[in-house]
Amino acid sequence: MRGSLAALAGGVMLAAAPVLGAQALTVPKTVDAGSSFSIESSGSGQATLYIVGLGGVVQREVQTGSPISIPEGTLFNAGHYIAYLSTAPNDVASFDMVPAKVADVSFLARPSRLPVGLRNGITGAVYLFDAYKNLVTKPIAVNFDISTPNTAPENRSVQTKNGSAWVALDSSPKEGAAHFVAKAGGVSVVRVIQQVPGDPCAIKMSAKPDGKSIALETEPVRDCSGNAIPDGTVVTFTQNYRGGQTTVDVPLKRGVAKVEMPAVPGANITVASGVVLGNEIHWGK
Amino acid sequence: MLKPVLVGIMALSASAAVVGAQVSVHVTPPNLDGPRNLADQTANAVVKNYIESWESLRAALAANRPELLDRDFVGAAKQKLTETIQQQAKAGIQTTYKDRSHDVQIVFYSPEGLSVELVDDVEYDVQVSSKGKTMAAQPVHSRYVVVMTPTEVRWRVRVLQAE
Repeated sequence: MRGSLAALAGGVMLAAAPVLGAQALTVPKTVDAGSSFSIESSGSGQATLYIVGLGGVVQREVQTGSPISIPEGTLFNAGHYIAYLSTAPNDVASFDMVPAKVADVSFLARPSRLPVGLRNGITGAVYLFDAYKNLVTKPIAVNFDISTPNTAPENRSVQTKNGSAWVALDSSPKEGAAHFVAKAGGVSVVRVIQQVPGDPCAIKMSAKPDGKSIALETEPVRDCSGNAIPDGTVVTFTQNYRGGQTTVDVPLKRGVAKVEMPAVPGANITVASGVVLGNEIHWGK
Repeated sequence: MLKPVLVGIMALSASAAVVGAQVSVHVTPPNLDGPRNLADQTANAVVKNYIESWESLRAALAANRPELLDRDFVGAAKQKLTETIQQQAKAGIQTTYKDRSHDVQIVFYSPEGLSVELVDDVEYDVQVSSKGKTMAAQPVHSRYVVVMTPTEVRWRVRVLQAE
């Protein structure tokens, strides 16, 4: 930026452009996005003021020699701007518009559903924006908070770098909906993460004779954190006998799986769900 | 003009300087803040698409044609640049943003892989003209913060902001 730092007044840093011609401009060095500001001009007479940047263009008929007021909300996109008068186009001044305070937290939490007890299984990433969709790039503390009913909440504070921050957290040992909150600059955003039971930790079945059949029933199937595996999860019973095999898939109902299979003396019966293998029963001789 | 630069970028490994006819692009090795690994192929694509976005930006602002932004910009960046072009047209001016050099570094790859953030130390000349006549010009040296997101076939600029 051309010009030297001249003063710091009222939160606006002023830079004075050297007077090269009759109508030099003195612009603030930085301006908060969307706020009003004033441009000093020397000389006298009518001119057109141009403020030009990637974030916007202002064209205004002005009276030089008196302060030129740019009202609040005229320019609001952060970035670099140049300013000049039509009567002195070689006398170009420039300033930077900086983001205003945080007004929006763009928060992406993943995944929306995951098993309990997964280390660093939940990630959250935020970008901070002001009310004008400018990325707030100065470092700001973001508080990440995740809580599941009946478990202690987990908190983490992370400083943004270049407007972004992220965190990785463990899923809770208890199933349920976790409220994952990202808070920065007084703005909070909540995402809900469904934490579901993991794979069964162990499957144990028992067998009882029932006429010419065997009644097989599992104990309530739970994951390694003690959460009940959801009803509908398929449990597979397999009976091997004299070179033959019978397989029955049964969905869990009220946490247990039940089935009747033909009683074949000497048969080996196993139970499994997914990759988890339960106990084995040898029937008869 | 850009072709030698882009070819150079595609061949970049960790750090290199590539000088084209008019645009010099230096890529500093990524300094990632994030849990996700960034494959070289992804990094190269991000930088290549970002440098190409300046070409679109330059063409769109020089001709006051916002549709030229479509390939490379999306979301807030596209909306803001479109509005700027409309304001330029209303004021009867065009601007030329002639980038001379870029020093690009990827600084963040989001955990879910849906955004990449990079910073770019850019030197460019901005020139304002009206009816073919230059009204004002100034060399600019700024640090840009850029957020890019993947779309069907390329990374597009979602945030483009000078500090």
